[in-house]
Amino acid sequence: MTLAAATDLAAATNENLASLSNTLIYSAMAVYTLAFFAYIAEWLLGSRSKVGRTAAALTATKARTQKAGAPAVTVKEGGSTAVLERPKVVVRAAAGSRDVPDGPGAHGGDEQGDLYGRIAISLTVLAFLVEFGGVLARALSVQRAPWGNMYEFNITFSTVAVGVYLTLLALKKNVRWLGLFLITTVLLDLGLAVTVLYTASDQLVPALHSYWLYIHVSTAILCGAVFYVGAVTTLLYLFKDSYENKLASGGTPGRFANSVLDRLPASASLDKFAYRVNAAVFPLWTFTIIAGAIWAGDAWGRYWGWDPKETWSFITWVAFACYLHARATAGWKGRKAAYLGLIGFGCWLFNYYGVNIFVSGKHSYADVGLGALQSVGF
Amino acid sequence: MTKTTAPDEATDQDLGTAGSQLSTAPVDASPNLPVLGVIGWARWFWRQLTSMRVALLLLLLLALGAIPGSLIPQTGQDETKVADFQKAHPTLAPIYEKLGLFHVYGSVWFSAIYILLFVSLIGCIVPRTWQFVGQLRSRPPRAPKRLTRLPAYTTWRTESEPEQVREAALALLKKRRFRALPHSLEDVGGAPIAGDAVAAEKGYLREVGNLVFHIALIVMLIAFAWGQLFKSEGNKLIVEGNGFSNTLIGYDDFKSGNLFSTDDLTPFSFTLNDFAGTYEVSGPNKGTPRTYQASLTYAEGAYGKDKKTVVKVNHPLEIGDSKVYLTAHGYAPVITVRDGKGDVVFRDAVPLLPLDSNVTSSGVVKVLDGYKNAKGETEQLGFQAFLLPTYTVGNEVSSTFPALLNPVLNLEPYHGDLGVNSGIPQSVYQLDKSHMKEFKDSKGEQMRENLRPGETMTLPNGAGSVTYEGTKEWANFQVTEQPGSGWALAGAIAAIFGLASSLFIQRRRVWVRATAGPDGVTVVEMAGLGRSESAKVPEELGDLAGILYEQAPGVPDPAPDPDDVPDPTHPAVPAEGSEK
Ligand code: HEM
Repeated sequence: MTLAAATDLAAATNENLASLSNTLIYSAMAVYTLAFFAYIAEWLLGSRSKVGRTAAALTATKARTQKAGAPAVTVKEGGSTAVLERPKVVVRAAAGSRDVPDGPGAHGGDEQGDLYGRIAISLTVLAFLVEFGGVLARALSVQRAPWGNMYEFNITFSTVAVGVYLTLLALKKNVRWLGLFLITTVLLDLGLAVTVLYTASDQLVPALHSYWLYIHVSTAILCGAVFYVGAVTTLLYLFKDSYENKLASGGTPGRFANSVLDRLPASASLDKFAYRVNAAVFPLWTFTIIAGAIWAGDAWGRYWGWDPKETWSFITWVAFACYLHARATAGWKGRKAAYLGLIGFGCWLFNYYGVNIFVSGKHSYADVGLGALQSVGF
Repeated sequence: MTKTTAPDEATDQDLGTAGSQLSTAPVDASPNLPVLGVIGWARWFWRQLTSMRVALLLLLLLALGAIPGSLIPQTGQDETKVADFQKAHPTLAPIYEKLGLFHVYGSVWFSAIYILLFVSLIGCIVPRTWQFVGQLRSRPPRAPKRLTRLPAYTTWRTESEPEQVREAALALLKKRRFRALPHSLEDVGGAPIAGDAVAAEKGYLREVGNLVFHIALIVMLIAFAWGQLFKSEGNKLIVEGNGFSNTLIGYDDFKSGNLFSTDDLTPFSFTLNDFAGTYEVSGPNKGTPRTYQASLTYAEGAYGKDKKTVVKVNHPLEIGDSKVYLTAHGYAPVITVRDGKGDVVFRDAVPLLPLDSNVTSSGVVKVLDGYKNAKGETEQLGFQAFLLPTYTVGNEVSSTFPALLNPVLNLEPYHGDLGVNSGIPQSVYQLDKSHMKEFKDSKGEQMRENLRPGETMTLPNGAGSVTYEGTKEWANFQVTEQPGSGWALAGAIAAIFGLASSLFIQRRRVWVRATAGPDGVTVVEMAGLGRSESAKVPEELGDLAGILYEQAPGVPDPAPDPDDVPDPTHPAVPAEGSEK
């Protein structure tokens, strides 16, 4: 009697937590939408500045003849005597790279635009916290990690992606310009989650009880989020690079391109940032696959069996290895390597959506016995 | 003409040397076709194969080649799906078959790709390793004449003696764990310009990491191949109370790699004491399994001591190289069959196969010998058995919950010849009715009865009876042996660490030059060069300069000397291999 009552109570708590989670996810979506509009406002107001820095820089490089000053020594004024602190380092770009300055960001130097941009980031932080709460409540309601099905995977994924973005901002990296692109996809991702992929909260089946699951899936999500940031940057690099090429060869890009692309960082900066991001997660992705293999070894008796999910993780891995190789291979640097990076992210995406939806394998298995019970988000 | 261009060319060469060998990446093979006959061709081919470009293409091919196997059913994973596919696509299937698309990962072309890739990899690693050892034994390249053209540069003037500055720089760089050497005059053939600088290099671990990573890939491939050749995998269904010993005949089915021999089976035995499953009792996921566990008593070797353990999903029992996995479970009703005289002719737990997630089960009870019918003739009996672990009124055909809440066993008796002596292997779960007759009830219809535990069904005309005594559970165990997995794991771990140091460590060089200026004041110049452009190089150079500056404080600049100033019309020297 008391036992039954306790079970009921626990069930009720879980239901409450689950509905709290849903409310929080919807609230996060609302706040993200506000942030989205604020980012739009930032871009629109930013378009008022019509400086054309890239064009100016590209023409200036050709014309510039005067020499830069010698490296100065930084002088710190300490009372009456000037204390010389340290010599200043002169940095120069490598040969072959254009000397283009980074754009000012979405606000284009416009003060009002900047204000909206700051509002947008504040709203993003707020939405992130709310969404994080939603994911947490979901995890508590099911008493396990929040990635047992595609719905949970989606909400966790977007939370982590925004988390990565905010972390980069907090580390003072030049990534503010990413905001609009990121929030747009976050809204799409959440929209998909609450409509098509929604799954009532539930506990896990025995096949998924393993701490390797926690490790494997959490790193897979983190890798995806970082690969995503890398892919957006790579894509923008490709646009910015053609824009700069066009300007350098004397062409006139369209007004829209002029307005938008001019505000982004220089193509070389975008390229470098994308590389850093992809190179930084590649070892983690390698680890993710290995953790998955260890888990598969424990659960299915073989650590590698060319299951579709395993295969696509492998393909993703090889694609990014190609990308890293291409950057060290003459004739493949730059745009070609960038295409490989995008293909790599495409593989990651297909591994998640494509394989879960179109291909059946052990990861979403239906079979007699214990096999029937192995269905998993990732 | 020559007079004006020569110094520039010399400088460029000089700068090229400064940035050379910052990595051991192979230089691109020249596209020139050989004219030297067979050996020339072979050398050309080898050089192509081990070039970065071909390695990249092979990697791309590997990724592409892996795709079809994920979209087309594979025999290695699901034979029935392959058969279905072949039935559904009668024209396409033979073509696929020819191309090996039903077993992509073992096909000739897929193997060719990865074998070529690994040959290329070995052909790449060996020279790179030698080259790297050579780099470790030689000294960092001497300072280029014009340090101003390097990506990071700084300079100041000081009253300290040039000698003192160089010594301080050397000490500082060594303290910062740079490999640093002063270049004496003799070293560079007496050229005075080079003798006045300290050259230092750091970040060799990057190259080590890269080589470790690529070698680890080879280790993993070999371990995987080894495992495939020597692996074995067998299945055994065991009813509670029964045991198993690890010999070939002990298995229900058994697969092994090409080089496996039965001597490789690890000797051990175990008994299944108890299987327990728990299930969600309410809510939308009612009936979803929560835990499965099998309690075993096992012994290693032929005469090992008995030990107890619990095997769960994800938690295999490991004995030597073997792992014992729990892979399926079901129910085995205990059946007693008596003949017309009341003598027991059969008593056993009969495993039934689950049909759905609520473990609705079916199977066959076969009484092979010892039974005589009412006329005293020897006959065989067969029963089609159908078990609902949880019977709910109104649902006669399937169980409503996976646990044994309200078990009902439906039996359909037959008599005659089971056909097991015909020599054709027969499934224990199927009844060959071609030589069997139905038992008829009083109305002349096929006899069929639902029994609860403890209940007995009496066969007509004194043919005997069947009793459903109770229910045991069975568990299926998969025993796998995959030697080499330890090596694969070690390779994987080495690969991750190698990769991390290869990607996170920057290999870079620093030069410090101190010369007496025309006015007797010492001019200090420092420059840094990384393998790739990175903000860290100037940062580090700034730190080093700051420290050195304290030891050799600056004096005010004279009017700028146009020759010592970085010249923006000449971009900085690129690191090796970083030019577009
Ligand atoms: C099994 C296939 C291979 C994989 C998965 C692989 C993977 C990688 C990865 C991820 C890197 C990145 C490290 C970095 O950017 O510094 C790398 C670098 C490198 N790989 Fe491979 N590799 C493979 C085969 C090869 C082969 C066949 C060669 C020989 C031509 C080769 C030569 C190199 C070199 C020279 C580097 C260093 C490039 C540099 O200094 O940046 N790799 N490899």
